Amino acid sequence: MTLKLEQVTKKFGDFTAVDKLSLSIPEKEMFGFLGANGAGKTTTFRMILGLLAPTEGTITWNGEKIDYSTSPYIGYLPEERGLYPKLKVKDQIVYLARLRGMNKKDALKELANWLERFKVPEYAEKKVEELSKGNQQKIQFIAAVIHKPKLLILDEPFSGLDPVNVEQLKEAVIDLKNAGTSIVFSSHRMEHVEELCEHLCILHRGSPVVHGSLKEIKRSFGKKNLVIHADFDLNFLKDFPGVVKAKTTVEGIQLQIEREETAQQLLQEIVDKGFIRKFQIEEPSLHDIFIEKVGAAYA
Amino acid sequence: MRPMHNFWTVLFHTYFTKLRSKQFIISTVITLLIILVLGNISKIIDFFNSGENQERLAVIDQSNSLFEPFKKQLKEVNPDIQLQKTNASEEELKKNVLNDEIKGYLVLSLNDENRPMAVYKAASLADSTVPNDLQYALQQVSMVWTAGQLKLTQEELMKLNAPVSFEMEALNANAKTVEELNQARGLVYVLLFVIYFAVIMYANMIAMEVAVEKSSRVMEILISSVPPITQMFAKILGVALLSLTQLALWLIVGYVSIKQNLESMDGGFFSFFGFQNTSLSTILYAVIFFILGYLLYATMAAFLGSLVSRIEDVQQLITPMILTVVAGFMLAIFGLSNPEASYVTITSYIPPFTPMLMFLRVGMLDLPIWEPLLGIGLLIASIAILAVFGARVYKGGVLMYGKSNALKDIKKALQLSKNK
Repeated sequence: MTLKLEQVTKKFGDFTAVDKLSLSIPEKEMFGFLGANGAGKTTTFRMILGLLAPTEGTITWNGEKIDYSTSPYIGYLPEERGLYPKLKVKDQIVYLARLRGMNKKDALKELANWLERFKVPEYAEKKVEELSKGNQQKIQFIAAVIHKPKLLILDEPFSGLDPVNVEQLKEAVIDLKNAGTSIVFSSHRMEHVEELCEHLCILHRGSPVVHGSLKEIKRSFGKKNLVIHADFDLNFLKDFPGVVKAKTTVEGIQLQIEREETAQQLLQEIVDKGFIRKFQIEEPSLHDIFIEKVGAAYA
Repeated sequence: MRPMHNFWTVLFHTYFTKLRSKQFIISTVITLLIILVLGNISKIIDFFNSGENQERLAVIDQSNSLFEPFKKQLKEVNPDIQLQKTNASEEELKKNVLNDEIKGYLVLSLNDENRPMAVYKAASLADSTVPNDLQYALQQVSMVWTAGQLKLTQEELMKLNAPVSFEMEALNANAKTVEELNQARGLVYVLLFVIYFAVIMYANMIAMEVAVEKSSRVMEILISSVPPITQMFAKILGVALLSLTQLALWLIVGYVSIKQNLESMDGGFFSFFGFQNTSLSTILYAVIFFILGYLLYATMAAFLGSLVSRIEDVQQLITPMILTVVAGFMLAIFGLSNPEASYVTITSYIPPFTPMLMFLRVGMLDLPIWEPLLGIGLLIASIAILAVFGARVYKGGVLMYGKSNALKDIKKALQLSKNK
């Protein structure tokens, strides 16, 4: 059950929203989609869902085209949240679930389970407009997953939630993945992608600038972070050859270095100068990679 | 099979959610109450008038001979007015009027030409029925009085008053007779109103419905599970079903309440509106034009609704459509008195006007069968074109958010919905 995008391009008039995007998203995996605002994430999702037709290229799931006949197997949480404000939670979840091929009885049972899980069983009888935004988002999430989709697309699932709700939702997403759902999700928050995804893709102006497994991406990025805490001034290290970037922190300095060998040289440089409390080489964070690849456009 | 299943899901969802909504229930009930009140209006008027429908008037007869003939004549005109001859002075009578003991008083006399005249005085002149009846009665008295002076016999007088004979006959063998025309006019009139209100009310409902789904952003989930065209037509038919429910309710209640009061109406109302022996074909045409008219405007409303991002913009966007309906209605109302006018003929072939104006012509004139069929054909063709076009605008429109600018938006929506 692989989702495959091959040379997908979407143009709106003269504007190219997505440019020759090729992706392969393996079954039962969580795939992260990163990109600045306007990078083409939502357009890509809409094309995957069949809401927009690609100008060029093909999108297949399991070798088949995605259209309305596959809609019972697909779940979608749009970036722009929305439910019927005047309808009871119960009524609209049942309606949306039925449109995805569920019957009423199963939908009500599933809804009860989910509300129980989010510890809000009393919401079934409430109107959506009576709920807080965060709670509306939970309901919307339930609407996206209630029919047990095989492919779940989450557009910014965690935006606007408090940390407790983020954790609840994250757990739910991980459980779905373990139960065999392939999940594609987009986020601005690097740490969520870093925590949840095996594979990811960073989009910049419609083209993938980074694409692959998280480990692979970090390794091939090459640069490492070096954190040094010491009792003496470390600022002179900033100009050392092999140091790409430097940031002074309260306890010392944080450097980005070209190679691991540079760390060795730096250690020799400072080892006689005084007491060193910490000297640690770290993997680059996704944040660093993102900033580097997408650069100023995101800042 | 799935698209069909989803079609019914959307249709019944639309129907039942609307049916259970407070707005719908309240507006239906209020209209029902109005129908009940109108249906029983004669009973209600009687009820309020029963206690005090006797008007008491005092009469000063200065001629000493007018009172009796006047009283006799008035009894035929309005038996509820009670006259009392009096010798009291005007001062006293004025007091009586102001104390509400009598409604007013009348001074009867003869003028210089020796003809009856009267002065009526009351606390206020707001009620025009009593003075009108008094004047009419006095006119009759005056006529007889003058005739007596001219030495005319009763027979001669009747000859003077006899109405002329004036008959109309249409030479075309199939043309409608005067009675048939009057009946048709009444029916066409009523049905024009029904079409007009239904189109405005329910087309508005559809546009709002689409706009609510769009502005609440639930649309994106909907169109990822149901094709927009399925969704659009399920919605249009769902609201159509709702409108039929509402109309049926009103018609049944209206029919029952009028039927109960039938005897009090002496068939006057019914013969005026021509419900008694309406031809089957007119009713059939009414149903056809009602349904087609609804479909045309509902489709238009659905795709216009898909273009706005905020509910507030709906009214602005559908105003031109509403004005078109109003224009059609006005043309039809003016055309009622002259259904053969060339502007009626021409506009009856313009699809947005066809439901009203072609129906008017079919109901009032003797048309060759191809004329209404051509009108219906054009109407169906334009509904089909509008549906295909509308569905494409709808598909793209629902993904579009931002400030509305109708023409640009339609173009943009079409671009968005383009398939390769």
